Amino acid sequence: MSEFFAMGGYAWYVWMSYGACALALALELAFVRARRKRALEELRMSTPAQPLRASALGAPGSR
Amino acid sequence: MLINWYRFSSPVSFYPLAGSMSSAFGVLAALFAGAGLFVALLLAPPDATQGDAYRIIYIHVPAAWMAMFVYLVMAGWSAFALGFGTRLSAMMAQALAPTGALMAALALWTGAFWGRPTWGTYWAWDARMTSTLILLFLYLGIIALRNAIEDPRRADRACAVLALVGAINVPIIYFSVQWWNTLHQGSSISLTVAPKMAMTMVAGILIMTAAAWCYTLSVVLSRLQAIIVERERGATWLESLIDLRPAGDGAR
Repeated sequence: MSEFFAMGGYAWYVWMSYGACALALALELAFVRARRKRALEELRMSTPAQPLRASALGAPGSR
Repeated sequence: MLINWYRFSSPVSFYPLAGSMSSAFGVLAALFAGAGLFVALLLAPPDATQGDAYRIIYIHVPAAWMAMFVYLVMAGWSAFALGFGTRLSAMMAQALAPTGALMAALALWTGAFWGRPTWGTYWAWDARMTSTLILLFLYLGIIALRNAIEDPRRADRACAVLALVGAINVPIIYFSVQWWNTLHQGSSISLTVAPKMAMTMVAGILIMTAAAWCYTLSVVLSRLQAIIVERERGATWLESLIDLRPAGDGAR
């Protein structure tokens, strides 16, 4: 097991590469989810307290 | 079966489809990444000359490919938006830029950590590395330009022009290893020549590339949903999202 993490003496380079990728992708996913959540939140705030049901407005796409 | 594809050219109809596609590609990305990492870190043997340092190739090459492909796709949507004035294609280009920038940054980062043990340096002003750095700056420039322009429709046009002009850099990156004498090696995998490395390694790179594709599609479609909500606010159809998604459950 420790042999695996040692990466034949190249542990610093290999794990800095893989670690940075894992961290970057995890952060991006978290940011995108937060952004979508915030966008929906602001949408909810900007519409009347009693929003009309979708059916009342016609099916989505019938603008 | 006849499908009315035009239906999906409006942000309205695309929003729910984008959500389910994002989830599906997310699952695929996880599966490919699991298999790819198994091949990359456990199954594939160490390289004869580079030892285990070469394992960086399994993330470096997919990241570099994605950085270039995403740029071309972004430029394609930009051209479409510029030519036809379609909102959704402009939003698609907008959604692609941050992930493209991330891929370019990862290609440079992993390249540096691969260059140090094999070439003896983290960085050199070599043609391929420099042109990839320019690619990163192009992405960042496009993102900054969008943030600098208040009116989204004007930002669409400005960003599209910049994206199209910058597209010239992609073939420069791709052919840089042939056009100039670079420190960076030539292509390891080509469509025209049989690969010069072991099949396990080729398979590992291809599986990781599939994972990178699926990840990119998943995260970009998710970001596209956020952009649609941000930009189409005021469109009555959006209220249907509120009905469907109670508070706290807005995002998956």
